[in-house]
Amino acid sequence: MNAINRFEAAVSRRQVMIGAAGLSFAIALGGHADAAVIAGERSGQALSPWVSIAPDGTITIMSAATEMGQGSMTSLPLIIAEELDADWNKVKIMPAPVIETIYGNPGFGGMMYTAGSNAVTSYYKNLRLFGAQARRVLLDNAAKKIGVPVEELSTEPSIVVHARSGRKLTYGEIAAFAEVPVQAPEVKPDDLKKPADFRLIGKDVMRAELPHKVNGSAQYAIDVQVPGMLYGAVVRAPIEGAAPEKFDEDKVMAVKGIVKAVKLPYGVGVIAETPWAAFAARQAVEGSVSWTKDGKAWGFDSEKGLVSFAATARDPSAKATDWFKLGDARAEMPKAASTFEAEYLCDYAYHAQMEPLNGVASVSPAGDSAEVWCGTQSQTMALEATAQALGIERSKVKLHDMLIGGGFGRRGPRDMDFLVDAVLLSKSIGKPVKSMWTREDDVKNGRFRPLSAHLLKAGFDASGKLVAWQHRLVGDRVTPFADPVRYEKAGKKDFILMLGADAKGYDVAHQLVEQVYEDTGVRTAPLRGIGFTANKFATETFVDEIAYQRGIDPVKYRLELLSKTPRAHKVMERAAQLADWDRKRDGHGLGAAYIDYSGTQVAAVVEISIDQSSGTIKVHNVWCTIDCGTAVQPDNVVAQTESSIVYGIGLALTERISIKDGMVEQSNFYDYIVPRNRDVPPMHVEVIQTDNHPTGVGQMATPLITPAVSNAIMALAGKRLRHAPFTEERVKKAIG
Amino acid sequence: MATNFLVNGKAATTEAPPETPLLWVIREDLKLTGTKFGCGAGLCGACMVHIDGKRAFSCQTQVSEIVGRSVTTIEGLSPDSSHPVQKAWLAERVPQCGYCQSGQIMSAADLLKHNPKPTREQIVEHMSTNICRCGTYQRIVRAVERAAREA
Repeated sequence: MNAINRFEAAVSRRQVMIGAAGLSFAIALGGHADAAVIAGERSGQALSPWVSIAPDGTITIMSAATEMGQGSMTSLPLIIAEELDADWNKVKIMPAPVIETIYGNPGFGGMMYTAGSNAVTSYYKNLRLFGAQARRVLLDNAAKKIGVPVEELSTEPSIVVHARSGRKLTYGEIAAFAEVPVQAPEVKPDDLKKPADFRLIGKDVMRAELPHKVNGSAQYAIDVQVPGMLYGAVVRAPIEGAAPEKFDEDKVMAVKGIVKAVKLPYGVGVIAETPWAAFAARQAVEGSVSWTKDGKAWGFDSEKGLVSFAATARDPSAKATDWFKLGDARAEMPKAASTFEAEYLCDYAYHAQMEPLNGVASVSPAGDSAEVWCGTQSQTMALEATAQALGIERSKVKLHDMLIGGGFGRRGPRDMDFLVDAVLLSKSIGKPVKSMWTREDDVKNGRFRPLSAHLLKAGFDASGKLVAWQHRLVGDRVTPFADPVRYEKAGKKDFILMLGADAKGYDVAHQLVEQVYEDTGVRTAPLRGIGFTANKFATETFVDEIAYQRGIDPVKYRLELLSKTPRAHKVMERAAQLADWDRKRDGHGLGAAYIDYSGTQVAAVVEISIDQSSGTIKVHNVWCTIDCGTAVQPDNVVAQTESSIVYGIGLALTERISIKDGMVEQSNFYDYIVPRNRDVPPMHVEVIQTDNHPTGVGQMATPLITPAVSNAIMALAGKRLRHAPFTEERVKKAIG
Repeated sequence: MATNFLVNGKAATTEAPPETPLLWVIREDLKLTGTKFGCGAGLCGACMVHIDGKRAFSCQTQVSEIVGRSVTTIEGLSPDSSHPVQKAWLAERVPQCGYCQSGQIMSAADLLKHNPKPTREQIVEHMSTNICRCGTYQRIVRAVERAAREA
């Protein structure tokens, strides 16, 4: 990568400037000279692969996560800047090169992958250490220069201070003469800043890329233009696994501006001079393609499929595997003085990220190297999928990972379907190609939150205490399809489907969660909230039902079950306070839910009303509390929580994908209904700050909404809705 | 056949066929990529521009309809992000992924141009034309109120 390309890549993804090259000492901490060279070339003195400082004081910090609106490109560098004691105004953020050994996400086995709301939580400890090490290098150099013991020095933002003599050296001044040790200086946990001394963490800085998002200059993959670029579109097989047999090539070649039609392993691609010609050609060819009957989903009907899933859940002889065990629920359930059972169903759902999937690729005419531009949640997977598609070494692929116009899990599949389109089309024509999906392609070829049926059983002792919990989940597989590599590594555990199915946080001694594996052949993916969206609908509605059974107020009952988990207790108690839970509202109902989502504690109360004639549910207020430990960017925690709530409202009320004969029935925003401004209630979010290790914030509130709404419907209308989403038809049927 | 029109106050021309959506001409011919493709069906508002001072879906406007007319895109709303709506958008930290925000801002600017002091209900109704999948709606309303206040 030459300097100009690198600069363009940086501006395109991060929209940030880099300092003019100053000193370019290629010395790294920890022996990673390769990355240090890159860092050094970029911005001056490389103090570590993560940080370099130019003589003008510009501090360049690498950002390892991709940015899809969640704010990681600001919050991760901010953690380094905190321990470095950097002047944030002098910080420039650069996309980290794809070097997993340095920049890989510890939460994903070192892959560069941004998902699971885990960027801050996984990188936090290391980034603090790296920042502190870089600060220590500056202090050591300053001590030597001034001729005082390093213990007498302290720092102010971007300045080393010798209080006794009043001497000061700026970080830029030090960078001009600094010698960087081969081995990183030792930094002990006690050397790190105390939270009370934080100048950046917990204080809210402007997100780095935001100014570019109000004037149209933010660059997403779909905005990329490469000299000589052509435009591509693909008619993909409606069923995963099917291949094109034949298509009417004359018809597509008759379109003005068409360059080529290409048979791909999974579809028919068209390449044209303009985007409108590509879309016209795509449309021209669509009806003429015949498909092989390969693939599993042919004939699948999701409505019937769900009925069958539910029957399987009730069938004790259906083969199941244990997903989660605590105590011995199998032994305890038969001993219970009384039991209670309930069943819940959940439909497929679609990501609907605003930027339709796309990719840009420039494959060399010989097919032996490639440059690609895409919005990906995983730099690692983007490189590997491209290399695999071309049968070349990964090192022959250059990636420009762009700002992402919405991820929500859709932009992180192992096979990078949207990028490979561009790669294969570019290879076939020997020129750069921008391949774009129409919204209809994006829906029809969607990869969905799975279909699932849930049977829950609770066992109580003679005093009525909840002692045993069983959750039998029958769901369409996700992880084996979305990421077979991680599925194998995880010991064939479908964590994307199954997470959240237990009663974590609640005091229930004996728990068993079983999975009955189903593979319909329908394309699936992690979707914001992953398994939690369906599983917490089931479990949090079930807890509510138990409270009703026992004649206890649902919030009081939850607080009782949470008495041993104080952080959980606090979020639930506070959400109820904010909502003024005990106050009855005429014609409105309140419902509550609580979740421990990967350590983040969240609770919500929603207020709803129901229009009896139409079956429309209106959400009037949402009160939500979140304890994510240390809130690195508190206002962003609020923003992410609001965002999660809105996404949850869509999943609760209107968002539903149905499959007929293996094919998706919906096609655009007229039949896949997402929340609009008028559908969104006032959201009252309270961040409960604690000094715990930071945990995720990007999706934690999403799974609260469906159970909370279900519980509110019960409170208002005395009916349980057990099948999400709660569409108007379903509501009318239930309350009519 | 060339179509001549104005974009952000400057003469522009395209050879695209008359039925071509203005969106693609703006983005790929004129390289003004701030205007986004979202649905291609006038359902999401990511492609919102102003035509002769009123908001319009550029994905639903054909090149043949804009002969001699004046188109404003997000890039032309102000030279330096100084439009009150843009300032308010930053002050309220509205954007998340940001993809829909050009369209949101163009819709909001259109509202305030024709109704400088909208009620909250008017704001919500007007802005319901645009979808934001990150769900920044509450902040959008706040930002429009701020822009109306501070303009």
